[in-house]
Amino acid sequence: MLSRESSATLMSAVMAFIYKEARLQDEHRYEAWEALWTDDGIYWVPANGANIDPEKEMSIIYDNRSRISLRIKQLLTGKRHTQTPQSRLRRIVSNIELLDQQNDGDISVASNSLVFESSLRDDTLWAARNEYRLRYVDGELRMAYKKVTLVNNEKALFTLSFLI
Amino acid sequence: MNVMPRASQWDELIRGDRVHGSLYSDAAIFEAELQNIWYRTWVYVGHESEVPNANDYVAKSIGPQSIIMTRDEQGKINLLLNRCSHRGNQVCSYDKGNARSFTCPFHSWTFANDGRLVGYAFPEGYEGCDKTKLGLGRVTRVQSYRGFVFGSFAAEGPSLEEHLGGAAETIDRLVRTSPEGEVQVSAGFLKHRVKANWKFILENECDGYHPAFVHSSIFNVADSAIGTLYGGKSTAVTRDYGNGHTEIDLRPEFRKRDQPLSWFGTTAERLPDYTSRMNAAYGNEQAREIMIDGTPHVMIFPNLFIAEIQMFVIQPLAVDDSVQHVTALQFKGAPDMNRRLRQQTMGSVGPAGLLLADDSEMYERCHRGVLARNPEWIFLGRGEHRQRADEHGFTVGHVTDEVPSRGIWRHYRSLMEAR
Repeated sequence: MLSRESSATLMSAVMAFIYKEARLQDEHRYEAWEALWTDDGIYWVPANGANIDPEKEMSIIYDNRSRISLRIKQLLTGKRHTQTPQSRLRRIVSNIELLDQQNDGDISVASNSLVFESSLRDDTLWAARNEYRLRYVDGELRMAYKKVTLVNNEKALFTLSFLI
Repeated sequence: MNVMPRASQWDELIRGDRVHGSLYSDAAIFEAELQNIWYRTWVYVGHESEVPNANDYVAKSIGPQSIIMTRDEQGKINLLLNRCSHRGNQVCSYDKGNARSFTCPFHSWTFANDGRLVGYAFPEGYEGCDKTKLGLGRVTRVQSYRGFVFGSFAAEGPSLEEHLGGAAETIDRLVRTSPEGEVQVSAGFLKHRVKANWKFILENECDGYHPAFVHSSIFNVADSAIGTLYGGKSTAVTRDYGNGHTEIDLRPEFRKRDQPLSWFGTTAERLPDYTSRMNAAYGNEQAREIMIDGTPHVMIFPNLFIAEIQMFVIQPLAVDDSVQHVTALQFKGAPDMNRRLRQQTMGSVGPAGLLLADDSEMYERCHRGVLARNPEWIFLGRGEHRQRADEHGFTVGHVTDEVPSRGIWRHYRSLMEAR
């Protein structure tokens, strides 16, 4: 159990991290966003509910660290047509809470987000519950895990090619 | 109300090497397609492995219509229309489950999972009513081929095997990739919506001209040999099986490589369990051939696309609104292979797929593009001068040639002209 002071300090560091991540995503700062990940990072966007088994069922994204890197490399080619031109994005992140701490020292955090995307096709709203495991690496917070559960992930979704 | 296009109109819209842009954007033509294609010919609906047990059901579709695929207590597969025979309310609101019956929440009419009306509330109000005439609507004909369930709303017409014709062999080729000879559809579907006409998807599935350009971003950064299959020097071929079924046959390239599982980007050594099960099932020699040839890349008209490691089901919702349902193929008796199939599929397809998100971008841009009125035509003449007949008499061409599109439109025209 953290003291009230250390909890407030941790919360403020976590909020700063999450807002920064949101800004890097909105502004397509691909390399800076990738640098937020730990070496064992997992980026998961499930389909058809929140609690599917990604080792058995299809997810929209279920990237290990090397596939995160591949996804970023593809965006950086400039020939990822669905992001050429890039979607224009702004997101609101809110309801940030520290959850029960993990035994391994990772910090569990949850938030809600609402993303407004304007692309060639149309304007699209994306709403999600986000769950993170964050970790201090060399004194800096990093993401070891990010799960993005879209509210409408049981429905047919338009292309989701920006960083959610 | 939309007016059905005149029969002679198809002559004006569909020519040998070009089709009119309005075929993709005209709402009246879309309505005519529903009647003449989706509600008449054989359409893929689901796979038997999605309802493995008695009373299992899964929600499916034929075009905009919601279909419940059930396995009844006798083990028979039924394709029921999700519409109460009383006032039209949907009787099933879940994606899948196990139920002996469906009770409509509106007035409590209850239907057995074979479609029979078994009861209604306050029956004294229905004295003299014949319950046997008030069952759920059904897809008129239901037939399976190697576990793939198709439905046709036409009471008469070609059998499923006649409809599949030469393309049935591609499904044979698919299932023998399993050491037990069976595909399983068990990994759940991603549903990818595009603001585009369904035929842009249909035609792209066996278009071997686009990968070098649409997918250059991933070919450039991934350790993948896919790019060379679709190059100018590739020996792979496009094939028109007739009845609208088309294929990209990559076997000539895989046979040149002569390496088992090269088609899957791996080796027999990396999948030892699978390899030994295949050898045990087919004998070493035939297993080696199967593992060199790989699975097909075939578009079964109008909506089932088997793309080596995954399958897509195309669903048209409106003239400019379509859904691609996609899942990893799973082969019975091949657990080590199945995990890799899921991982590769998840990376490639769906709304965030490293491949399909770019294809889908092209569908949407094409749809907006054809709204421009000049030139009026889509030009599909590539490779017409060099197409030829293969040993079975099917038309084949270079992997980048538009043999598939021409075959699709020829069949489309025959369906649309039929009365």
